[in-house]
Amino acid sequence: MNWFTKTFSSTLGRKYIMAITGLFLCSFLVVHLVGNLTLFYKDGGEAFNIYSHFMANNIVIRVMEVVLVLGFLFHIYDALVLTRRNKAARPVGYAESRPQENSTWSSRNMGLLGTVILVFLLVHLWNFFVPARFGDLEGVPNKEYLNLYSEVALAFKNPIYVALYVISMVALAYHLIHGFQSAFQSLGLTHKKYTPFIQKFGYAFSVIICLGFAAIPLYFFFFIEL
Amino acid sequence: MILDSKIPEGPLAEKWDKHKFNVKLVNPANKRKYEIIVVGTGLAGASAAATLGELGYNVKAFCFQDSPRRAHSIAAQGGINAAKNYQNDGDSVFRLFYDTIKGGDYRAREANVYRLAQVSVNIIDQCVAQGVPFAREYGGLLANRSFGGAQVSRTFYARGQTGQQLLLGAYSALNRQIAYGKVKMYPRTEMLDLVMVDGKARGIVVRNLITGKIESHSAHAVVLATGGYGNVFFLSTNAMGSNATAAWRAHKKGALFANPCFTQIHPTCIPVSGGYQSKLTLMSESLRNDGRVWVPKTVEIAQQLRSGQITVNDIKEEDRDYYLERKYPAFGNLVPRDVASRNAKLVCDEGRGVGSSGLAVYLDFADAIRREGQPAIAAKYGNLFEMYAKITDENPYERPMRIYPAVHYTMGGLWVDYNLMTNIPGLYATGEANFSDHGANRLGASALMQGLADGYFVIPYTIGDYLAQTPYDKVSIDHPAFKEAEQAVIAKNNQLLSINGTRTVDDFHKALGQIMWDHCGMARNAEGLQFAKQEIRKLRDEFWRDVKVVGVNEELNITLEKANRVADFLELGELMVDDALNRNESCGGHFREEYQTPENEALRDDENYTYVAAWEFTGVGNEPVLHKEELEFENVKLTQRSYK
Amino acid sequence: MAGSNPNAKPMDLTLKVWRQKDKNSAGAMVTYPVKGISPDMSFLEMLDVLNEDILRRGEDPIAFDHDCREGICGMCSLYINGRPHGPERGTTTCQLHMRHFNDGDTITIEPWRAAAFPVHKDLVVDRSAFDRIQQAGGYVSINTGGVPDANAIPIGKSIADKAFDAATCIGCGACVAACKNASAMLFVSAKVSQMAMLPQGKVEAKTRVENMVAQMDVEGFGACSNTGACAAECPVGISLENIAIMNREYLSAKATSENVLA
Repeated sequence: MNWFTKTFSSTLGRKYIMAITGLFLCSFLVVHLVGNLTLFYKDGGEAFNIYSHFMANNIVIRVMEVVLVLGFLFHIYDALVLTRRNKAARPVGYAESRPQENSTWSSRNMGLLGTVILVFLLVHLWNFFVPARFGDLEGVPNKEYLNLYSEVALAFKNPIYVALYVISMVALAYHLIHGFQSAFQSLGLTHKKYTPFIQKFGYAFSVIICLGFAAIPLYFFFFIEL
Repeated sequence: MILDSKIPEGPLAEKWDKHKFNVKLVNPANKRKYEIIVVGTGLAGASAAATLGELGYNVKAFCFQDSPRRAHSIAAQGGINAAKNYQNDGDSVFRLFYDTIKGGDYRAREANVYRLAQVSVNIIDQCVAQGVPFAREYGGLLANRSFGGAQVSRTFYARGQTGQQLLLGAYSALNRQIAYGKVKMYPRTEMLDLVMVDGKARGIVVRNLITGKIESHSAHAVVLATGGYGNVFFLSTNAMGSNATAAWRAHKKGALFANPCFTQIHPTCIPVSGGYQSKLTLMSESLRNDGRVWVPKTVEIAQQLRSGQITVNDIKEEDRDYYLERKYPAFGNLVPRDVASRNAKLVCDEGRGVGSSGLAVYLDFADAIRREGQPAIAAKYGNLFEMYAKITDENPYERPMRIYPAVHYTMGGLWVDYNLMTNIPGLYATGEANFSDHGANRLGASALMQGLADGYFVIPYTIGDYLAQTPYDKVSIDHPAFKEAEQAVIAKNNQLLSINGTRTVDDFHKALGQIMWDHCGMARNAEGLQFAKQEIRKLRDEFWRDVKVVGVNEELNITLEKANRVADFLELGELMVDDALNRNESCGGHFREEYQTPENEALRDDENYTYVAAWEFTGVGNEPVLHKEELEFENVKLTQRSYK
Repeated sequence: MAGSNPNAKPMDLTLKVWRQKDKNSAGAMVTYPVKGISPDMSFLEMLDVLNEDILRRGEDPIAFDHDCREGICGMCSLYINGRPHGPERGTTTCQLHMRHFNDGDTITIEPWRAAAFPVHKDLVVDRSAFDRIQQAGGYVSINTGGVPDANAIPIGKSIADKAFDAATCIGCGACVAACKNASAMLFVSAKVSQMAMLPQGKVEAKTRVENMVAQMDVEGFGACSNTGACAAECPVGISLENIAIMNREYLSAKATSENVLA
């Protein structure tokens, strides 16, 4: 192994990858949420459909899509490698353990939360990405773009999907509450002056982003008539 | 036997430099042909092993703990002295030398003590270079404090954890040599015998404390840095594992044991609270810089206090006796340890002690808190106050601490010459394990200094002188001397395991401790000592008849470990009593009630006892033979110590 | 006889203790009743009392590590009621007193659990992995002698104090025991950041952090999930900030050192 692969296969190196990909995925969440806010326009879905058309066809976005997939893959792969290693580091467990006395539940269950998010992600892709990109969505009359909006509106009339989406956003919120500030710690970006701000910002970020996402299915379920 | 201290000729200040020039050197290429064993990895052992490794010798280092970093040097709180004179307050090598000789009540060797003061300055440089985080001033320079009755501020410190930081420094130097392969480390390994070939120390026999395996290790020289023997008293500030076995078994092979009765009883410890107590906890002497020591003026008030009719805060100012300030106006609460301890005992013997047992005096911070405010006091002593609160469940910010003297340090130890070599060629003793530098009483912050001086700056020179005259040939561990020693160790372990009596090892240890504390503790007299001698003999006989040691040798056997150590304490205790009986004077930590001034101060007899008492072993139960090394004082005048 | 609380009543307790003959044997929890425990006893003195009982019955006493019994040597361990060094924060087992328990309590006592800390016997574990990590670089490479005067390099008080705070680590291993991943990050980072802060340690900062982290990984400790359990349970209050400093040091060492092999 050369120095590069050695560095990124060390426990610290893998944490850097977790942190960098995690923060990158956070930035994706912001873009995604901002775009999705067009769903709230009361224009019959026009703004959202234009936005999704742009996302599906812009060359820069298509390149970033590949980067995004890589970000997810690295984040997941390193999480698996680290989890395996961490389990092996304590082959015999304690008869009695009270971790609640020394750490938060979310910090100890990032793998579980991440798995919930992964399942959600697959369902989410199947719901919207696959039909939009590879499926046979009907077009909007007289427009060059497809009607993803009606797909969304239809899906969120299904209470099972709504519940899954909302629960997943709760999981995501907890994942981010620990993950956001933890990424800065992993990268060594701490300072007496700025770290308290990063921690508060991370908390607010996690809650606001997830509330924003969770509001969409709830909005469609309760307020939009097909 | 003639004891040759090998003190170099010439003026005091030039002896060490001249000696360093006169010692023979080992060619760098030849150093790797020599093996040196270092037993113990405290300040003295770790520093010696590291430095000898740096010089190119092959070193094997041994400790009974699970890591060299755990040696009990780590628990030293207060600080380390050095004659740096950074504070421009009149300190000098000569003043540190003078204070140490005087503090030791003129029972230490001038030349050794002067060398100690000389190299003290190098120690601080060395430790800082290792990354030891000493306390500093805002300007970035090192901070100092006055400590243990010194009139100058020469003590360097790292909060209340100076010993820890210095030991971790030495441990880091040791680790570096282990990584280089120059030192081979054997943790959880206990030395059980010294091996001699042709009258020279050539190796040791050890027991692996995990597997129980008895093994031999051969070398060209052996350094014992195994600490003191305070645990003879069962209750002391020593660690639970601190023991005298290595030194004592070397003594039984012929090494003389010097001044065994010189034990230091530290005045500020948390009092005993119950019969289950396993050890005593020291509260740093630095507390006496701001705390005032007192007891009630009358026995009546003390009785009311002990029975709970009144509390400490009910006692009026005029009913408090600040006895140290009253008796010693010049030094007040900062008198040396032996004086402070003896006076605490005196007031308690008068019936004026406090606490439910009556064996405690107050150390009161109320005035200091009024004067400087609680935050200032917390900044200085916060960790000590916390420790006190943890152990006693009392808040020392609100009511005075209760303190009582406890066994802390042993000035006596294996007799060594100026080169730190015992009378057995090739066997060295360093740090608390030797007797050499503190006389009859050690000053505060001097133990760390001596341990590191011996290991970093003395033995690396002097051991070369011996090795340069030693052939390279190694003695095989198949040599009959090794086999005999191994067999003896195995036989002794088997004997302990086969007694299967009714009393536990701790039972015997506590009984021995009680005898020693009652009769060979803070105050001794001939009658009590003679009684103690008989009691110890009886107890020892009973030990070998009735001790209960379970299990087998070939396992981690905590009872067998302890039994070996207590067996040696039972022999060493008797020698301490013999030495105390022989020394018909009071000096330093040795206070014979028959020899005191009208004001109850220690009365030395310089005419007859200005010597080191070095004892030769002649068999268990036999009377040891006394060898005297006369002490000559050419640079200081012997005076009655006065702290009035 | 206790000075602090003369009315404190003795307690009867039930102990569940991990017993294991040696490294290669299987172990199990064994239940022992103990009676008449004074609230002023330390936890280890309570175990001494139990061991004397066991010994008088001719059985093998419980092996546990301990030495200084004043909270500084780092030898005592014990996972008590689900937490390293028991329920009191900032306290080693030897400084934990029985007054923090109640009459009738059941107390579970287990050894540190980590692949890198195999059990020697009962509650005694092998922590030599810590020594090997220190040997990989936890020092300043200077020989004895030939060093500059101690005051030659001024060091700001705040830096010196911070370095001291990191240097107070007692190497007990509670951080590893507490961490769900059995990670040694807090222990390793305490030494790395102490040295990185001081001018004496800066000279070799890069190789030090590279080598110590590499050794940490070789020993089989887990990775850091930033749960903070280590610092919360550390008896001497080593700060999580040290881990961040080590993360920073390692990243910058890897990015800038010219060692292409490590």
